[in-house]
Amino acid sequence: MKVIKRRFIFLGFSGLMVILSIASVFVFGLKPGIDLTGGTQWQVSFTEAPDTSTLDVQAFLVGLTGSDVSVKKTDGNEILIRLPSIDEQTHQQYSFKLIQKFGKMEEMNFSSIGPSIGSELRTKAIWAFIFVLFGISLYIAYAFRKVSRPIRSWKYGTVALITLFHDVIIPTGMLALLGYLSGVEIDTNFIVALLVVMGFSVHDTIVVFDRIRENILITRGKIFDLGEVIDESVHETFTRSVNTSLTLILVLLTMLFLGPSSLFYFILTIMVGTIFGTYSSIFIASPLLYISERIGKK
Amino acid sequence: MKNKKHTSLLLIGVFLLSVLSGIFVYQPLWSQISSFRPWNLGLDLAGGSYLVYTVDLSQVQATDQDSVVTGLRDVIERRVNLFGVSEPRVYTEKAGGEDRLVVELAGIKDVNQAINEIGATPFLDFREVTQEGTSTPQFYQTNLTGRYVKSAALSFDNVTGKPEVSIEFTNEGGKIFADLTGQNIGKPLAIFLDNQLIEMPTVQEKIPNGKAQITGKFTVDEAKQLVERFNAGALPAPITLVNQQTISADFGQNSLDKAIFGGLLGTLLIMLFMILFYRKLGVFAAVALLMYTALTIGIFKIFPVTMTLAGIAGFILSVGMAVDANILVFERTKEELKRGLSHTAAIEEGFRRAWTSIRDSNVSTMITAAVLYYFTSSFVRGFALTLFIGVVVSMFSAITITRSLLRVFWKDKVVSSNVPVQQ
Repeated sequence: MKVIKRRFIFLGFSGLMVILSIASVFVFGLKPGIDLTGGTQWQVSFTEAPDTSTLDVQAFLVGLTGSDVSVKKTDGNEILIRLPSIDEQTHQQYSFKLIQKFGKMEEMNFSSIGPSIGSELRTKAIWAFIFVLFGISLYIAYAFRKVSRPIRSWKYGTVALITLFHDVIIPTGMLALLGYLSGVEIDTNFIVALLVVMGFSVHDTIVVFDRIRENILITRGKIFDLGEVIDESVHETFTRSVNTSLTLILVLLTMLFLGPSSLFYFILTIMVGTIFGTYSSIFIASPLLYISERIGKK
Repeated sequence: MKNKKHTSLLLIGVFLLSVLSGIFVYQPLWSQISSFRPWNLGLDLAGGSYLVYTVDLSQVQATDQDSVVTGLRDVIERRVNLFGVSEPRVYTEKAGGEDRLVVELAGIKDVNQAINEIGATPFLDFREVTQEGTSTPQFYQTNLTGRYVKSAALSFDNVTGKPEVSIEFTNEGGKIFADLTGQNIGKPLAIFLDNQLIEMPTVQEKIPNGKAQITGKFTVDEAKQLVERFNAGALPAPITLVNQQTISADFGQNSLDKAIFGGLLGTLLIMLFMILFYRKLGVFAAVALLMYTALTIGIFKIFPVTMTLAGIAGFILSVGMAVDANILVFERTKEELKRGLSHTAAIEEGFRRAWTSIRDSNVSTMITAAVLYYFTSSFVRGFALTLFIGVVVSMFSAITITRSLLRVFWKDKVVSSNVPVQQ
């Protein structure tokens, strides 16, 4: 395993992905879902006229509401309508008018969320992020408290946090791109998925770092080349890093393609995060640790 | 070999427990044995409505707020029970400085009617009036609201024969009413229903018996309906619907089927992977994974954890991670084998030395799950809970169950050639 020798290739690839992801977030922006901003999501299917075009529905609803309406086909003949937040009376009124116009309609899913709940969820999400970051940092500091030579324990922690950022920003960039391409929204599920990725990201990194720590202890007192020890450690833990992620990816794949459609982007986010998390724990964390050590020596 | 006997006993115990748990969670079979603890399905799977109301407590004194909110919940609960929904859940929440009332109606057919019924719960209050000459009267809210209504009845005015609603206040309400009428003799007292002025009779005398009549201009049907609603309970504070989610039962069932199918297939794939990659050792991990699945779902059911789609997703993720500990142990075992240890010794050493990695790597996921549980609400909580329980049980299963299985069933000579030593 020549991770250290080829570190600039691996780091370069990741750097590029991170830059692209950040650019994607800034250029396309993140499209917040109704649960974060307030709004209505309404999934129906017209049983009498299943071929009703979304454009017709949209035109009709725009005429009715006079506001921003988006209408999309989802599974088969189901139609997903998005409106600003409406109350129950208005809901029934629209429902009645849609049936009048397009015939019998079945309501699969209706949710209308007021703006106050949306802003509250946003605040909660930010706090959750802060606490997970804080908790994980504390834990890494604790787990690596005993090693201080030759690599200081805070360096393990800092590198773990950098890879964590890497693992989170890439799925975020992807979602921004998907939002631009096909209107995918950032909702509570996405935030939960990112938090889960944060947990998993550290998971693999810890396994590699654990081994580096152990191998450094073995060579204690002798002259050794840190690059070689790191390469050896990555080599030794490679199979388990890949396999532990692979088992997770197996279930994620089956859920992605066979599981309920409402979980698609949730699972996709976790999967992309897991794949890049595995990559970063093998090819990013160790080179970064090496570089941080070299810089410290100069 | 006393130790081995001990391990065998433990293993038999865990095995029986897993089988029992498997029967317990498989509803088609379990429902024929006992009706104890049917599955508790969330709204997104059973279909139903999730309604969030904000409670306006601006007119209620700070010391009374808790009792008003509790009273409100009771009133709504009584109303909701009238719909014949199985186990409706009505609870209050404090969030962002607001008091909220959450109503969960599982498996309900006509949600719109339910919402209308809840919305039709009358909010009654009495207001004092000041009026100078013929100017527009000014109204001042009093403490006397629908929370003090004990019962209502339909009656007819002796003279005009018009329908009336007679209200009887609770003891406390009667006292307030007596004071209020005492202070306003000769002055009008306004009765408001859902913030609409119903009537403004002039108080003739202090009314000490806690009874009042609302005459208004009702038809007999209107008066009857009002009486029914008052008897079901009048709202002690006004509420507004701010959040509504409705999921049809078919949609929920469809999601449930897909999630179970996806999860099952994923589990089978993991078992297959483990067996193909780790051969004999993998078989043990696969068996342990089956026991893990049965036990964990059993824990969810007996707790009981309300199963939502997110909850199932959390569990399925934990299945994906459950064999991680096995992988860490087996990889370590391979290394120990390379160092020349015997299989049994290598396996024992593998378990011992992989433990710190297993613990460290699971803790970060547990931190995430714990934060998610405490910082979010409803749907996400289910996910956090199942993920957390899943990860905790997986550490037990991967270590204790797999190790016991190996200690009891692993025979050095027979299988040694089956363990791939090469990387």
